[in-house]
Amino acid sequence: MRTTTRGLVALACVALGCGFAGGCIRMKPGEGQVATAPVTTPTLAAAAPAPTVAPPRAPAPSVRGDRQINHVLSRLTYGARPGDPERVRAIGVSAWIDRQLRPRTIDDSATERALAELTTLQMPITALLREYPRPDAKLRAQLASGEMSRQEMMERYPVEKRPVRIADELQAAKVVRAVTSERQLEEVMVEFWFNHFNVFAGKGDVRWYVSAYEREAIRPYALAKFPDLVRATAYHPAMLFYLDNWLSARPDFRVPAGPNRGRRGGLNENYARELMELHTLGVDGGYTQKDVTEVARAFTGWTIDRPQTDGHFVFRPIMHDTGEKIVLGQRIPAGGGREDGERVIEILTRHPATARFIATKLVRRFVSDTPPPALVARVAGSYLSTGGDIPAMLRAIFESPEFWSEDAYRAKIKKPFEFVASAVRALGGTTDAQGAMALARASAEIGEPLYQAQPPTGYADRADVWVNAGALLARMNFALGLVSGRYPRVSVELAPLVAGADPRSPAAVLDRLLGVIVADQAAPETRAVLMAQLTDPQITRLSPDDRGAANTDVAKLAALVIGSPDFQRR
Amino acid sequence: MLTRRTLLKAGGCALVAYAGAPRFLLRAAQAAEASGKVLVAVFQRGAVDGLSMIMPYGDGGYAGVRPSIGLQPPKRNDTERAIDLDGFFALHPSLAPLTPLWDSRALAVVHACGSPDTTRSHFDAQDYMESGTPGVKSTSDGWLARAIGGKPSSTPFRAVAIGPILPRTLQGNVGAISMQSIDRFDVRAGNDGDARAGFESLYEQGVRDLLHGTGRETFDAVKMLKSARASRILPANGAEYPRVPLGESLRQIAQLIRANVGLEVAFADMQGWDTHVGQGAERGQLALRLRDFGLALAAFARDLGDRMADVVVLTMSEFGRTVAENGNRGTDHGHATAMLVMGGAVRGGRVYGRWPGLDRHQLFEGRDLAVTTDFRTLFTEVATRHLGVRAAPIFPGFKPTQSPLGILA
Repeated sequence: MRTTTRGLVALACVALGCGFAGGCIRMKPGEGQVATAPVTTPTLAAAAPAPTVAPPRAPAPSVRGDRQINHVLSRLTYGARPGDPERVRAIGVSAWIDRQLRPRTIDDSATERALAELTTLQMPITALLREYPRPDAKLRAQLASGEMSRQEMMERYPVEKRPVRIADELQAAKVVRAVTSERQLEEVMVEFWFNHFNVFAGKGDVRWYVSAYEREAIRPYALAKFPDLVRATAYHPAMLFYLDNWLSARPDFRVPAGPNRGRRGGLNENYARELMELHTLGVDGGYTQKDVTEVARAFTGWTIDRPQTDGHFVFRPIMHDTGEKIVLGQRIPAGGGREDGERVIEILTRHPATARFIATKLVRRFVSDTPPPALVARVAGSYLSTGGDIPAMLRAIFESPEFWSEDAYRAKIKKPFEFVASAVRALGGTTDAQGAMALARASAEIGEPLYQAQPPTGYADRADVWVNAGALLARMNFALGLVSGRYPRVSVELAPLVAGADPRSPAAVLDRLLGVIVADQAAPETRAVLMAQLTDPQITRLSPDDRGAANTDVAKLAALVIGSPDFQRR
Repeated sequence: MLTRRTLLKAGGCALVAYAGAPRFLLRAAQAAEASGKVLVAVFQRGAVDGLSMIMPYGDGGYAGVRPSIGLQPPKRNDTERAIDLDGFFALHPSLAPLTPLWDSRALAVVHACGSPDTTRSHFDAQDYMESGTPGVKSTSDGWLARAIGGKPSSTPFRAVAIGPILPRTLQGNVGAISMQSIDRFDVRAGNDGDARAGFESLYEQGVRDLLHGTGRETFDAVKMLKSARASRILPANGAEYPRVPLGESLRQIAQLIRANVGLEVAFADMQGWDTHVGQGAERGQLALRLRDFGLALAAFARDLGDRMADVVVLTMSEFGRTVAENGNRGTDHGHATAMLVMGGAVRGGRVYGRWPGLDRHQLFEGRDLAVTTDFRTLFTEVATRHLGVRAAPIFPGFKPTQSPLGILA
């Protein structure tokens, strides 16, 4: 995977004959942080294995004891699996966080094996374009005119040879990784950054580029330096296509050759605007319409070489506007080429507004829907002092009193995908690729189709967006479906969850379930309601189930817990 | 169908007598008391090109700036071309399904309408248009929610959005609900009827937070929808909705209206208007979008028939697009756009608003159609005249500088 990435970027570098290669080499994930950030703070170092934190600044009391373990598991992972709390306790919270920040030190071969059947996942764009060609217009015309039957069409152009397979497999991979990967924080960050630099898998040629985008532009840098993410996404055909930059040219440009010969070209502002508004400065970052136009001019000529057969980055000087540009008051002299765009990325990623904007989003993801300003300021400070080092910013968050505050504990509502993945994990479930696709559809039903966010904003990370009537019902229905075999390729073993609890005592079974699924953090009301349900003859079965283990309908109880308000929180 | 009479017969009178009656039945009875006026907001997300939707062919500045995406001016009996409205404006040919509504004066257009805020960010501009407070991000609720706020909640269906998430414009203290599909709006537990009761108790108990509050509303809504048999109501008058998300949304909003569950405001949206590349003219990308848009609106009006006397549909988009086409036969983010108002009470067959002109010196920042009607002027008028609510709380801080459009009778 790394070789492919580097190979591709290097290819682009050779084509460009420029200094970009230097940029590639230092973009190795998980290395920079050792030098740039202390591995532990006194607070966390003293905390292992049963950490206590004494925050001087936090107004709210801080999370203590086992709740610390629950907290890190709920924030840094897609939810705790049975046994996870014990594993974190064994190595200590601080050391566990540290490992998660260095994903390469964690063996994840089981996940790699599970992903092996998803063959498009590692294929380069050129191969994908070749193997999964776009629907042939002639075939479709023949189908429409009745010259060809639907069956013949399916034979000539079977589903597994269609480009939709690429996004399907990417969805499945995301689910498999969220459910089974040991490198949980890395997966959380891959999702976070993909969403930050969102591309919509349904837009045009992005269909062929989207898996390479995550593999080459997002994943390698998810725990590296932020400016490298900006650079990698700026160069990637998926982003160039999604935000139309591949078409943007100097105002007087005429296509010199090919089928569009003579066609007028011109500036397209789409990427320039979103680069500032959504990727770096934030909408209040102090740029003007004039800056948007100037940035768009700087990126003219950043395009895609033969998007339908080759699909890699190329800089075309003939499309480039060589005039002078002034971006946020900084002058980019006339006569430049591809490096104009590089210069813009430098200006933007060094800007304090970018530090603040990225810090705010990270704090919202890991601490609270209403990011505490003092913490945002500290994390932004860390961005500026480390050149946007992501592990350094994450450490600043994980070592903050705000993160460990009781106010933050279980204060976030899971997004639909987080909910789906955490439900499978809570029940100790596993899935194959087909099961993963079904789980991806479940996430879509609850409101979050994977890789399908159309607008460049990606999906929101706030409770009020996700909590609504239809979505809540969909969550309850998913919970019921999961325990009742509606997802046959997802194996959920309920019996082990309650092993050891006296099967004749519904209360004991319930408490065991609440222990594993919500780490004993259910509200007293929730437990009371579930207890009341247990006295219902429908729920307490009189005949033993197949395994002969429990008289209690464990499956139904588990569904109720997963659909309960308590399980929607992390 | 749930009517006031059947409800009263079924025990509406008795409900008053004892407090233990099911809350949803009581609320259903109250819903049937409501005025029956409904406002449906349709958001064209991504910034629709108002100059293509409602073409200002009478403006000499139009033709020159859009060499490949400009529409041909209307020509009598040429159905391939834009459809003349009033000698100056023309309807995009894809919107032909709306012409009967225009002719019967049930459809009006407000052109050069938009926000006083100059942002060209989709995200911000949508946020401002939905919150109803241009330039102010801290507003916690949406204008459509405020438009019906203040009254005690009588039904869970006062405010409904069709879609997976609750849009900004319906957030607030009105208990708005969102649903993807009426048919699937229930706990689906197979033979096991208790699962629903179990979940219901879980959300009934406990602290009053967002989750629990939403859960309680949800179960009221589920039961009421069942008793109203809303999903059994089929499109009437031969209406055929296009099989696209907006068609599905409007079909279901019509079901809710005809089920008399107390709907007052509804919201639906449609994506795909951000035509930076290859926008097309009479045909092409935008034309296909407009075709679905027009078919969905026309089917909705046809489905509701006489009931449209009580319904107003208001379309909106966060901003318009550049007057000149860009380098990719598309358009970039602009300023003013056109909005449609449809319904029995509409003084239709007219294009409202002052036309600012397309000469370069008339354009906003030298590139975009200028805004001459603040969207809040239009929205206020529709909300107050149609729903009979007070204007002040809907758009806080808004002092209209222009006289009312007079768009509703």
